[in-house]
Amino acid sequence: MSQHEITLHVNGTTERATVPSNMTLLTMLREVLVLTGTKNGCAAGECGACTVLMNGEPVNSCMVLAVEADGAMIVTVEGLARDSKLDKVQQAFVDLTGVQCGFCTPGMLISARALLDRDPHPSEDEIKDALRGNLCRCTGYTRIVEAVKQATRD
Amino acid sequence: MPNTQTIPSPIGLSIPRVDAVDKVTGAAKFADDMQFGPGLLYGRLVRSPYAHALVKKIDATKALAFPGVKAIVTGADTPGYIGLYLQDRHIFATDRVRYIGDPVAGVVATSEEIAEQAVKLVKVEYAELPAVFDPLDAIKPDASILHPDLGKYTVANFIFPKPGTNISNHFKVRKGDVEKGFAQCDVIVEGEFRVPQIQHVPIEPHIAVAQAEQSGKITLWASSQSPFAQRNLIAKALDMSQGDLRVIAPYIGGGFGSKAGVSMEACAVVMALKVRGRPVKLRLTREEEFFCGFVRQGLVAHTKIGATKEGKLVAMKTEYYWDAGAYTEYGVNITRAGGYSSTGPYEIPNVWADSYCCYTNHPVGGPMRGFGMPEIHWGIEQLMDQVAAKLGMDARAFRLKNCLKTGSEVVTGWKMHPTGLSECIEKATAAIDWGKREPASAPHKKRGKGMAIMWKAPAMPPNAGSSSYVRLNEDATVTVGLGGQEIGQGTHTVMAQMVAAALGVPVEWIRIATPVDTQYSPYEWQTVASRLTWSMGNAVVAAAKHARQQILELVAEHWNEKVADLDIKDGNVNSYRSEQTLPLKNMVVYGLPKEGDCGWRGGPIVGRGNFMPTYVTGLDAETGQGPRSVVHYTVGCQAVDLEVDTETGQIEILRVAAAFDVGKAINPDQVRAQMEGGVVQGASSAVFEKLELREGKVRNPSFVDYRIATTVDMPRQIIPIIVEEPQDDGPWGARGIGEHAMVPTAPAIANAVYNAVGIRLPSPPLSAERVFLAMQGKTDDRFAGRKTKV
Repeated sequence: MSQHEITLHVNGTTERATVPSNMTLLTMLREVLVLTGTKNGCAAGECGACTVLMNGEPVNSCMVLAVEADGAMIVTVEGLARDSKLDKVQQAFVDLTGVQCGFCTPGMLISARALLDRDPHPSEDEIKDALRGNLCRCTGYTRIVEAVKQATRD
Repeated sequence: MPNTQTIPSPIGLSIPRVDAVDKVTGAAKFADDMQFGPGLLYGRLVRSPYAHALVKKIDATKALAFPGVKAIVTGADTPGYIGLYLQDRHIFATDRVRYIGDPVAGVVATSEEIAEQAVKLVKVEYAELPAVFDPLDAIKPDASILHPDLGKYTVANFIFPKPGTNISNHFKVRKGDVEKGFAQCDVIVEGEFRVPQIQHVPIEPHIAVAQAEQSGKITLWASSQSPFAQRNLIAKALDMSQGDLRVIAPYIGGGFGSKAGVSMEACAVVMALKVRGRPVKLRLTREEEFFCGFVRQGLVAHTKIGATKEGKLVAMKTEYYWDAGAYTEYGVNITRAGGYSSTGPYEIPNVWADSYCCYTNHPVGGPMRGFGMPEIHWGIEQLMDQVAAKLGMDARAFRLKNCLKTGSEVVTGWKMHPTGLSECIEKATAAIDWGKREPASAPHKKRGKGMAIMWKAPAMPPNAGSSSYVRLNEDATVTVGLGGQEIGQGTHTVMAQMVAAALGVPVEWIRIATPVDTQYSPYEWQTVASRLTWSMGNAVVAAAKHARQQILELVAEHWNEKVADLDIKDGNVNSYRSEQTLPLKNMVVYGLPKEGDCGWRGGPIVGRGNFMPTYVTGLDAETGQGPRSVVHYTVGCQAVDLEVDTETGQIEILRVAAAFDVGKAINPDQVRAQMEGGVVQGASSAVFEKLELREGKVRNPSFVDYRIATTVDMPRQIIPIIVEEPQDDGPWGARGIGEHAMVPTAPAIANAVYNAVGIRLPSPPLSAERVFLAMQGKTDDRFAGRKTKV
């Protein structure tokens, strides 16, 4: 298995690493950079627990090879809060109980962040559509959708 | 009796979850997030490809020689039995395998990739045995017997296996006289229902890391609902002391019962014993998660119900054949719970019930949210609708007439405690405008309304206990030790509220001691059965009161006053007599100085408390009758307003109202959140979910082919309704809610579909394809009541 030197920008910090060809971005984030906020729910691109922003787009990091992320800007859940201040979506999830077990939460927050960066005032249907690739088994989604709506208000 | 007149803050307040900030920042640590250093090894399991076979020989020489492989374990390394209610399982198969996926060997290697490659190099020789794939086949006299040694297994004294057969438990109800009862009935309805296996689908798959030392001490980190039960069961199976097995359980990414008891965690421990001093991590893939842990049991139910023309239920006869899978160490109690709940929440004077736990060569049935209740209510609630219809009675009126009220006699002979079931029925149905025929949103859609009611008691041994300690820190923050797990249900938040209220401090001062660690945390039976709010709640309140008493005695002595004149409020001790006040800080660790610099009194305050029900009795093995079979029941009602698209068969839920009697909502918002989550999981099970089992193999072990509800499948509106009829021995009257919201959803949807388009299916899921075909008058033979092969 050949090794590759890559450079990526994660949550505003430049990271350099040597990774094998077949290492996924998810594994690199969790095991090489020890950013364990992003979760592994299926390793098959179906549950969305591994969602991160790659050059502003939400991607299933289990379906992206680390080498593909060479030179990319990555944002994970750890990059959402600034100086102990939660971002608006995070705060809304706390205030409206958009969290139960918390395992889907990092991926949900990233997908929500991507939506709001693209469209600051989405409709309820647009919110549901943007989050349809993030599976949650605990909440029934109602409060998650409400929390994203809350984050759009001033 | 709870004092319902003065409810101290923050009981009844919807404070934010204590774990929410950690979870939204990615700081909350789950088991796979824990770091074990470069010495970490990885495990993968060799699993049986056969549903039923003898294991003739295992040759691991090639696998052991593979670079990076450190050890291989097999059943020969650990021949002991393991199990919660019935010890019928080996950690690794010894002489035979009983389901596709049954672990036969474990490979430990320096990476998961190497372990996976080495798994393929382990040569196992099997001799196939005839397999059983249906409980109705399992009970035939010539059926292949899965557990010839059933008679020798250690078993709890309330479980009744039939040695020499595939029946690992037979629970009976013989109440009144059913034949006389049916003779009195003007209306009798009968039905057969088949509920397929489904899976919990926690978003976090199972994971365990184990490390064994040369001294014999073992540490197990696991995503576990039951650290103490895991400790107990694994220690017993390995014939070692519970005191030498330490289980640490961090946050859990969803349990729903899948992570209760023990499943793959025992494999990790046995593998660790072969590589002493190094941690071994074992993870289930999502594919394995679908069939290699626990699944919800399948059920074949034949039920007959009769009522008089006045609409009074008189008799019920029912048989449950549980498709319980290869090992029923946990499932035997689901069989029992199904049996003693078989009437549903109704008063029926004549009942004959047989509930059979049947071994099949299927994935292992185990606890899933509802513990048998969703499975049995699927049939019961549809039959009740049919009885009402035959009587010409409104379904709601029929239920209000027959449902349990305070003092009603339940199926086991006990009298129903104060209950708000009628209130739940009235409120849930009113919320969807029951009785009002409303137009569909388009000409090709049909609209219908349906309802279902439910009951459930915590199903557990009669002596399942909880304990807690409450420790004060220098600044009077309070560290609470407990053994119950935060699986998303919000228990740590609710416990913080209870301690704050019982002690007299602001809830912001409470710190729950996590992760639960059997070395430091106090004992908790398991995080299951929706029992923590009630049971662990009582324990933490007792511990808080004990700490409070110690503080008041200290200050009373200090002020030369009576304890009865003192109180703690907002973190200060106040005297009503002298109006003196003293903050808690410092004194709760350092005590208070005596007058004239003559020494000190008091010391570090630690309160302790426990709770265990003392009043649960057995049930007669022949009649299923007993003075008090359970601790209490949570009851509820769901009412569904939906549309069926006649062009596609798709169901869209417009409104679902869920009303449950929780006794006292300690945190109303979290109670509503449980109802919402349960409704969606219940709706998902009703409309999408089924493990497609063919010849013992699960054909759809992935999210592509096993669909669970996503954001676009949500009901348009969920209306959660809290009803409060206090529980006499619950903290401030509280009882559980976690499981109950999933129980009536599927039959409520089925009843609404019947109301909309006049079709009923004997089995879920009510997928678009099946609903569409049924509307055309075509039933797919794959799903119809199975014709038994003779």
